[in-house]
Amino acid sequence: MRQRLAGHSVPFLPPGMVSGFEFQEKHMFGDRQFAEGRMFAFPSHYLKGDGFMDAEITLRVDGEEHRLTVDTRTTILDALRESIGNTSPKKGCDHGQCGACTVLLDGRRVNSCLTLAVAHDGAEVTTSEGLSENGELHPMHRSFMEHDAFQCGYCTPGQIVSAVGMLDEVEAGWTSHATEDGENVSLSDEEIRERMSGNLCRCAAYANMLPAIKEVSDR
Amino acid sequence: MKPYRYERAEDISGAISALADEPEGAFLGGGTNIVDLMKLGVSTPDVLVDVRRLMSDDIEETEDGGVRIGAAVPNSDLAADPTIRTRYPALSEALLSGASGQLRNMATTGGNFLQRTRCVYFQDTTTPCNKREPGSGCSALDGYNKNHAILGSSEHCVATHPSDMAVAMAALDAFVVTHGPNGERRIPIEELHRLPGDEPERDTILEHGELITAVELPPMGFSSNSKYRKVRERASYAFALVSVAAAMDVEDGVVRDVRVALGGVAHKPWRATKVEEALRGEPVSEENFRAAAEIELSEAEPLSENAYKVPLARNVMVRTLSDLSGEGR
Repeated sequence: MRQRLAGHSVPFLPPGMVSGFEFQEKHMFGDRQFAEGRMFAFPSHYLKGDGFMDAEITLRVDGEEHRLTVDTRTTILDALRESIGNTSPKKGCDHGQCGACTVLLDGRRVNSCLTLAVAHDGAEVTTSEGLSENGELHPMHRSFMEHDAFQCGYCTPGQIVSAVGMLDEVEAGWTSHATEDGENVSLSDEEIRERMSGNLCRCAAYANMLPAIKEVSDR
Repeated sequence: MKPYRYERAEDISGAISALADEPEGAFLGGGTNIVDLMKLGVSTPDVLVDVRRLMSDDIEETEDGGVRIGAAVPNSDLAADPTIRTRYPALSEALLSGASGQLRNMATTGGNFLQRTRCVYFQDTTTPCNKREPGSGCSALDGYNKNHAILGSSEHCVATHPSDMAVAMAALDAFVVTHGPNGERRIPIEELHRLPGDEPERDTILEHGELITAVELPPMGFSSNSKYRKVRERASYAFALVSVAAAMDVEDGVVRDVRVALGGVAHKPWRATKVEEALRGEPVSEENFRAAAEIELSEAEPLSENAYKVPLARNVMVRTLSDLSGEGR
């Protein structure tokens, strides 16, 4: 999705500056993607690895510690997928709108595409893959399978992590926009829809996700 | 994304001085908005000073009976706090009606005030926008403007402020506490955000390098009788077309005191002082609420696509005030 070419020489740059080119997806409208490329200039010492753009960080991912050198621009999503090779969280919109990249960060569900890795040195990250224990699927994994709660499956790891994080929030007594009685949170269909609204599914498998999540919450 | 340097200061004064000589630098809180804008090429800081771990994430009651909220308190924790839920329900409701569960877990209280407009032209670097590129023109003025302002806009900018939380804070008479190169100050929420005028690139009155460190909610007896009502294009996870935060003190069918603020209608949370003045001392009735709302909206200047916001804002005010007065039930 994203390519970077750095260090090309372009005329008219001040001494000590080099240019880069970035190609990034820009907008998604329906099934069409518009891409945009842009040129930028930055000081050449950024390329020399003298600490201006590279950072050493540690992430504990699905129980395993990883020491990484990341560009300061790297999101946790890109660190997981590109540096660590954990492709469980998906890159959907890359703008915090679709939820496909959802992970638990220090126990809470977040959009990993908007989370800078360098700002979370030492953090504990759990992906859908890491919800399994001793090779056993998590009850939410099993419930999604039993209820046929997906079609293409691309948003599924994000949906599952989000649902697990969401149930913890309910357990902690957090109300939602759909909560009618502020004192007693019971997980109605309306509550699940509202609390899961940060996860989109283009196959619209919502109808089966709802009972899948409900069954786990009822246990 | 443009390359930038990442810095983490030792303390608040270190963070402020880290930005002093960096005119293109910015603070990083939860990052939910600025990281997105950096990906779009709208924000191009060359230094990010991470302040999330420097600031308080506590919510504490103050000696005068108010509440002090650390700027690093995540939106989700603020919404779930039992004191906020019972004494300032409009604030909890506003937070829960914004963004998604994932975003609320990351977004901070301080950062929520400083999120940028969601005007499509501001976010699209291929189109003119005075807020993003002063002097380039306003594409929304004669373009796609159905989500834009009806009050207090200028020929230079018709964008709206996107925060739900800030609207509730405005109605609850909250203050932000800031630390900056010129020391500490306390700013009423009403004065924090600006109208666009001929400087739409400035969302707030904050100076470069001035950091919101806390929010103070004053003790307000009737804030427990407060409410946030938001109208949007889908049931969840969308910005307000129009929203209303209100608090009302009613005794024997008479409005003793009232606070009203509107969201989605202006470049800042719009404190509806004309509604408040018109209603103080008046009997509660839908008729009075409607008349007061119409006074406030008599100055509305809708654009080509957003005239619907005028009756919508009136109706949402009437409904919210009716609910708070007991008239609506």
